[in-house]
Amino acid sequence: MHIEKDLVAASATPLVLGILAEGESYGYAILKRVNDLSGGRIQWTDGMLYPLLHRLERLEYVSASWGASDSGRRRKHYTITAAGREMLAERRAQWDVVADALSQVWRSVQLPPASAEGWS
Amino acid sequence: MDTDKELESQIGQWRGFVERRHAISAADTDEMEDHLRDQISDLSAAGLRTDEAFLVAVKRMGNVDDISREFAREHSDRLWKQLVLMPSASDGDGTRPTRELFVVLGLAVGAALSVKAGVATLGEQDLARNVSLFVLPFLAGYFAWKRQVTARLAAVLLVPFALAAVLLNVFPFASNGSTEVIAAIHAPIALWFAVGLAYVGGQWRSDRRRMDFIRFTGEWVVYLTLLALGGGVLIGLTIGAFDALGLSVEWFIEDWVLPFGAAGAVIVAAWLVEAKQNVVENIAPVLTRVFTPLTTLMLLVLLTAFVTTGSVVDVDRNLLILMDLILVVVLGLLLYAISARDPYLPPDLFDRLQLVLVVSALAVDLLMLFAMLTRIAEFGFTPNKVAALGMNLVLLVNLTWSAHLILGFLRGRRGFSSTERWQTRYLPVFGVWAALMVGVLPPVFDFV
Repeated sequence: MHIEKDLVAASATPLVLGILAEGESYGYAILKRVNDLSGGRIQWTDGMLYPLLHRLERLEYVSASWGASDSGRRRKHYTITAAGREMLAERRAQWDVVADALSQVWRSVQLPPASAEGWS
Repeated sequence: MDTDKELESQIGQWRGFVERRHAISAADTDEMEDHLRDQISDLSAAGLRTDEAFLVAVKRMGNVDDISREFAREHSDRLWKQLVLMPSASDGDGTRPTRELFVVLGLAVGAALSVKAGVATLGEQDLARNVSLFVLPFLAGYFAWKRQVTARLAAVLLVPFALAAVLLNVFPFASNGSTEVIAAIHAPIALWFAVGLAYVGGQWRSDRRRMDFIRFTGEWVVYLTLLALGGGVLIGLTIGAFDALGLSVEWFIEDWVLPFGAAGAVIVAAWLVEAKQNVVENIAPVLTRVFTPLTTLMLLVLLTAFVTTGSVVDVDRNLLILMDLILVVVLGLLLYAISARDPYLPPDLFDRLQLVLVVSALAVDLLMLFAMLTRIAEFGFTPNKVAALGMNLVLLVNLTWSAHLILGFLRGRRGFSSTERWQTRYLPVFGVWAALMVGVLPPVFDFV
């Protein structure tokens, strides 16, 4: 299923922060986790994750440090900061409002299931 | 084994492709390469062949232009500040740059101290003659260290400096004689080519390395000028502030800050040019594009003024010296412009402008030669006239053939690289000429 670009962009920050809230991680593992969580339906362009991580780092929502992978390669690990957790809580509240409103709309408008495909 | 090697070379190519973007730093590429390798090994484990896995992984990584644009949005500073003198520990091993900084600072202080020692022990004229010997060996030493030259080359490098030191101080120059002035002017130029030998790490036959040295010289002049301007402003402010306090610090500035600053700047400017090598093309094309038309205009105005003021025989001697200096600047500009040009681009308007510059410089040169020959016919040979005449001839040959080559390039009969090659091949002539002025001209004229 194709998910609209703006929606992917909007959900990327809370997703990444949420995954990092589970524990320290690195780029490839974060993408795999997104894949698992969405059952493979959220497809990011892999490379785009890194500018995003760097932005979060600059905003001090995450902190980064260089470590080594099992095979000895250099690997950059990211950890969520206290400010990041606050931001995550705030985003979560925002998304709850949106999701709540949306679910009410879905209930009142009965869409035929097939037409949902045509939305994007 | 073979597929491993192939994969490594593919990853290497991808890396090179990504690293060419200024917005993506080497550390970012490391991070993405780690990602790529993880992806490839997962895909291979799922049953894909290595080359297929590589293709899929690269595809999933996305369009490098788009990623680069995102990085640029996040790190717009990177498009500006590409000059990294001291990479932080996270960007790689930080040992070498730190050591280089210490070597540079050590050499700069060494040059400054030797200038200071020269000022303290030598008279004004002796100092003026020897000043390049106090500074340039340190610069040559920096490049010898940086290029890790062989012991044999290091020994060869000592020869020109030792020779210059002997000649400049053994020759019985007449006090204030013109041969002394000529030797003093040409010694730094000749020794600059010794620095060049160190710069190219001994590969003096290579045209590419010679062109690098021309580039280096141009950039070095630009950096030295910037450092001098900044230093001048700083000194002016300091003197002003102390003046306002009722203290005079001019003696301190003159005795310590200036010699230390000037000698140190020579070394530090070279280091800066080395450190920012991959940004070299940022300022050179801009400067040459601005100054080529302006210089052409200046030459044409001068020519007109010359012709309208009448006889070229009784032109002022100072004017001849000035015109020679202008020609040297024009040649420098030409070399700098050639070094900044991509030899594979087709001819454009700027190349036409360059031809106009070369032709007007040729006209000025011929006029100078004519004026000089008539003066020589009238007053006979003097050291100054020989030096000026020789320099004009050296320039005449260079400019004539340059004009011929650029014209051929504009007409599509040859590539731009022939112009480049001509300049790099001609380069030693300047060095040899300067060396002759130091070593041969004074004895020929009995050191007057």
